[in-house]
Parts: sequence; structure tokens; C-alpha cells
Amino acid sequence: MSTNTPRPALDKPSLSGRAGGFSLDVEERSIGGALRGWVDKLRSGDPGALPSVLGLIVLGAIFSQVSGRFLSKSNIGNIPGQGAYIAVIALGLVFVLLLGEIDLSAGTAGGAAASIAAVGVFTGNVHHGLPGALYWSLLAGLLAAVLLGVWLKAYTAAVVSAIGLVLVATNLTQHLLLALIAAICIGTAIGIFNGWLVAKVGIPSFIVTLALFLAWQGVIQFALRGQPVAVSNYDLWHDLTYGSLSVAWSWVFTIVVVGLYLGYTLVNAVRAKAAGLTHDSISLVLLRGGIIAAVGLILTALANTNRNPRGRVIEGIPVPAAIIIVLMIVCTLVLTSTTWGRHLYATGGNAEAARRAGIDVVHMKVTAFAICTSFGALGGILLASSQSSASLDLGGSNVLLFSVAAAVIGGTSLFGGRGRPRDAVIGALVITIIPNGILLKPNLDAQWQQVITGIVLLIAAGVDALSRRRAARS
Amino acid sequence: MPPTNAQNDLPEVASVTEPILEARKLNKSFGAVHVLHDVDFAVYPGEVTALVGDNGAGKSTLVKCFAGINSIDSGEIVFDGQPVTISDPRAATALGIEFVYQDLALADNLDITQNMFLGRELTNGRVFLSDGAMEKRAREVLTGLSVRTISSVRQLVSSLSGGQRQTVAIAKAVLWNSKVVFLDEPTAALGVAQTRQVLDLVRRLADQGIGVVLISHNMNDVMEVADRVAALYLGRLAAEVKSSETNTTQIVELITAGRSGGLGLTAATANESI
Repeated sequence: MSTNTPRPALDKPSLSGRAGGFSLDVEERSIGGALRGWVDKLRSGDPGALPSVLGLIVLGAIFSQVSGRFLSKSNIGNIPGQGAYIAVIALGLVFVLLLGEIDLSAGTAGGAAASIAAVGVFTGNVHHGLPGALYWSLLAGLLAAVLLGVWLKAYTAAVVSAIGLVLVATNLTQHLLLALIAAICIGTAIGIFNGWLVAKVGIPSFIVTLALFLAWQGVIQFALRGQPVAVSNYDLWHDLTYGSLSVAWSWVFTIVVVGLYLGYTLVNAVRAKAAGLTHDSISLVLLRGGIIAAVGLILTALANTNRNPRGRVIEGIPVPAAIIIVLMIVCTLVLTSTTWGRHLYATGGNAEAARRAGIDVVHMKVTAFAICTSFGALGGILLASSQSSASLDLGGSNVLLFSVAAAVIGGTSLFGGRGRPRDAVIGALVITIIPNGILLKPNLDAQWQQVITGIVLLIAAGVDALSRRRAARS
Repeated sequence: MPPTNAQNDLPEVASVTEPILEARKLNKSFGAVHVLHDVDFAVYPGEVTALVGDNGAGKSTLVKCFAGINSIDSGEIVFDGQPVTISDPRAATALGIEFVYQDLALADNLDITQNMFLGRELTNGRVFLSDGAMEKRAREVLTGLSVRTISSVRQLVSSLSGGQRQTVAIAKAVLWNSKVVFLDEPTAALGVAQTRQVLDLVRRLADQGIGVVLISHNMNDVMEVADRVAALYLGRLAAEVKSSETNTTQIVELITAGRSGGLGLTAATANESI
């Protein structure tokens, strides 16, 4: 390790040994090639989702031994509802983590937004429901966020904040759906502030969001006037966690999602082949699509059978699962297929390169924070739904830390530039099954939950560090 | 006798083409420090012009004037026969002037194509990326530059060697039909074989009709690949010579003393600069 001065490696023989030109490009990626590529990627220090998938399998195997109920349909059907808020907040965090920033306040900011929505619906008049000072600060804050968004050229975020301003100012928040939308808009507005403080004022995101993490907890208590607000009476809100799609809609959902995926990848491969571009072979696309279709259809078939052993029939895809799948797909498309997503990865990978390429780094940060807190607000809504009330510590305590852990276990780098929505969802699944599995075993105390979660996170981070060290050496 | 650039007394360097980019009597001060004194500098299409000079001679300042990072105090910049004002980096890019800086500024987590099009992606309806079109164009550009060391334009930049990265950075600069490319120490961190590749690439850029400016401390590189050498000495242009009519010793003297035999600044000017 003594002669470890960094120096550019000479051309690797594996590269220069190939027949010149772009020999790899004209080849299509076959099934074997995809496997080899995946192994190469592992070896080069990008484990992707592998640690989290392995963790999921190992934990699943252990818990299924601990309790026979773990793999029962009723338990598995509950998991999406138990973990949806972690998955949603983790999805939002991916955007800021990709920039190498962090948002510790997403949980409590989301809790504050959801509390305001709860007050709006519960009291029927957000103006009188909230303490006066808070109401006027909310309006002023939303207006300021709109102006700030316009100034920082985050126009979409500004428009969303403006919608929130209108909904709150006109007391449309007495209607449930509009209240929930207002909560998400408030989240966007908060995100604009975070982004401005980080990107323009220049306070490290860790500090900005740590401070706000604390502050929002107080705001939640102000908003709720020290009393939790029950939300389980509102069917829509309740169903976000406890509802299921009807059997017919479940099939439609799965077939549409799988069909779109298959169609999209197939059309891409065929087009790329015709244009002579790098592409996956048709058999690879069909194999991958086939596996996803098979898994999707089997899960849907299982979900469409009754999973409640006694009493009322519960069947169909759980609503939270459908929400997560849709959000994951949308996030993936935004990140991989739009210029904005490309610029986000570039900014996270090398901010200076992005700046010189003419990318507005401030704009990227502000929009990423706005998205993150919007997801945080949705997470707060889902959390209130699963707890059946907007509690006084909504989105506080470990919520955010579990979400960060989910993103990191899934393979998102804290240093920016690496991470995918899919990984955050798998990571959230890992985080969710730990308490789920432990609570099924009555003589295993709940404190094990935190110990095991910590160990899993440590292992995931360890795998990441080891693989990166390997990458640096190769 | 008032101090003049001795170069004016010499027979003019013959050239058949007009310069594509030219600085005339450029002056630039930072506060009390006069960094550039009446600098004339010309870049010819299809030629490699080496810009040499010791640390602090004003190379970077001059380059930054062309890049739109520094404003100029007096003098003018002429591009393609027209006087232009380059007020910001975008203006330089719009004219077709590209810069490859020493630290390359590539995003490691993106692939070659993505890096080459960074900030200027081809799109479908402004929002969605046209990855296929970009991939095709990236391959065309690399093929056009006879780059043989890169096996796939879909490779991540983090997996590339130093020479390959330099190649990608240069290819990125010529992707946009640029007319002038500034290369800042392109071989600084490279081994022998890779230096060879990059110098060949520099030569090919010029052969395609691009005006190339090579900023380098390495006299071997300069003598090997440059058509002209412009030496700066303490903010003044000491001399601009054809590399076929000079040698390493002479250039080193121009860099270190501002003059070499009959060439360069007059003794008075050179001394006054100190």
C-alpha cells in the first residue's frame, strides 16, 4: 500500500485488446452478455441493488423460521401499508442524495404539511383551525416560496406552491382531497426554502435541514394545538394505507404496468437495433420482461384471493403498493429519460463539470429539494393514514432516519451521483420487514427492531465501502 | 527609441490563410497589476498554435479573455474577421470556441455519450432525451477523429484511463462544429503511450481545419505537434515563430528571458518588464 499515489491507469488490456473502433457497440447485449456485464459491474464496485435484495432474502428466511405467520398472505398484504411512508420519503430523498446533499427535515416538514391538512379537514376552516400567527405565516411563506421559485427559475415548483397558496387562502382545504393536495404543495414550498438556503445562501444542507427538523416538530404541535387529530374517519385518507384495489382493477393495474414496461423496452430494443445502436437482444428483453410479468401476475393472483382468515374479505392489490409502484416508475422515467434527470446525475457526479457545461446548479438543487419535501409531505400523509391520526410527533423520531437508511441500504450513495428509485423502494422493504417480522414473535422484544435495523444498515454501508475501495484499486 | 516588439522588425510570418481568432493589442490589469501588455495573438484554422510562457506570464489570463471569463481593458478580439465581444462563456461557445481545461470536468458517473452531450442534450420535445441520436453522433465524432482506444461510447467515464478521458474531453469540444479549441496541458498527467495518442489527436483536430491552441510547458510536445509557437514573457508577447524555424533552446530562452538572439523583446522592454 506504499506506492498508492493516484496515477491514471494505462489502457486496460481488456479494452485495447479488442478489435479497434467500437466493437462493443455493434454487438447486441445477449442474455450472457447482460450477466457478464452485471458481474463486471459488481466487481468494479457498483453493487447496485444486490446487497438489499440479499438482505431481503436472508431476513425473509430468518423471519419465516421465527414465525409461520411471516409468509402468510395477511402479513405480506400488510407490509406495503406499514412501509409506504418510508418508501415515499426515501424516493424523495434519492433526489437530494443524488446531489450529495441530505434532507433531514423531510419527515417533520411532511408531518407539518399533513397536520395542516388534517386541521383543515377536521375543523372545516383552516383559518380558524390553525393558530392565527401560524395561519398568516403559512400564507406569507407560501407567497414567498412562489416568488423565490420564480426568482430561482424553479417555475414548476413555484406554480405548485401557488396552488397551495390558493387552496389554503380560499379554505378549499375543508375538502379532503384538496387538503391532501394542499399538503403536498406546502411540502413543495418548504422544499424551495431548503433549496434556497442550501444553494443560494450556502448553508450546508445537513445544518439547514437539521435545524428545520427540530423546528417543524414544534410547528406540528402548534398546528394541532396539542391535540392529535384522527384521520381514520376519512375514507380516502384511511384507504391510502388500509384500502385495496378491487380485483378487476388489480388485474388492470398489473396488466397496464407490465404491458407498458414490456412494450417500452421492446420498442426501444427494436428501434435501437434498426438504427445500429447499442441495444439489448430481443431475447434478453423478453426474458427480463417475462420474469417481471410472471412475478407481477403471480403476485396479483395471490393478492386477489382473500387474505383475511376471519371476518371481512380483503382482496386486491393494497393501495399503498400501487402508489409506490406508480411513484417509482415516474421517478425512474424522470431521472433516466429527461434532461433534468441527466443534469441531476451530472451535478451529483461532478458539480464543476455540470456548471461548465452550462447547467444551472442552483436550479438543480432547488428543484431537487422541492421534490424531496413534496414526497416528504406525501410520506406524512401516508404515515398519518397508517397511524390513523395526525399525531403530535408526525414524521418525527426515527421516520427520516429509517428513510435515509432505506435509500442507503438500497445502494444510494451519500456522496452523490449514484442511486435509483428502485433501490430506495427495495431498501424500504428491508427496513419495513424488520419490525414486521420481530413483532410477529411475541417473546422477541421490540428493542431488537432497532438493533437489527442498525446492523443491517451497517452491513449495507460496509458492502458499499468495500466495493468502492475495490473500485478505487482496480 | 521607444520600446517596440522586436518581432515587428522581422519578416512577417507568411501565412496563406487569415486567422480564425485574433487578439489585437490586448491589455488587461487586475488592480495595479498589468497582466497583459498589448498582446497580439492569432489562431489559424488548420494549425496548432502553441501558447507557451512561464508561470505568471499571462497565459491563463489571455485564455480567460477568449473564454469570456475575464473582460479586457483595451484592444480587440477578432473572430473570423469580425470584431467580437466575448462577455461570458456562453458567448464563446456560441462563436464556436471551446476550452478543454486541465481537470477535464467530466462526470465520472455518466457514460461517454452522456458526458459529450452534457448541458446540450439532444431532445425530443425539449424534455425527453434522444439517447439514440446522441449515441450515434458521439460515435461519428470519435470515428471522425480516428479514436481507436475506446471500445464503447456507452462506457462509464470512471472506467476510462487518463488518455481516454482526455480523448473524450477533446471529442466533447469538437462535437459542436467548433472552429477553435483551446487545450490546457492536455498531456500533463499522461504516460508515454497515452501522450502519443493525445498528440496524434491534437494533430488530427488541426487537420480537420480546426484552429487548435495548445497550452503546454512540455517543449517536446510543442515542437512535435505545433505549427506556430507564441511565447509570452511577463505579460508581453515575446515572439510568435513558426516551429519549423525555431528550436527548443530558442523557445526556452524566449520563455525565460523574453528574447533570444535577434528574436523577441528588445533588451530595454524585457528589462523594463522585470
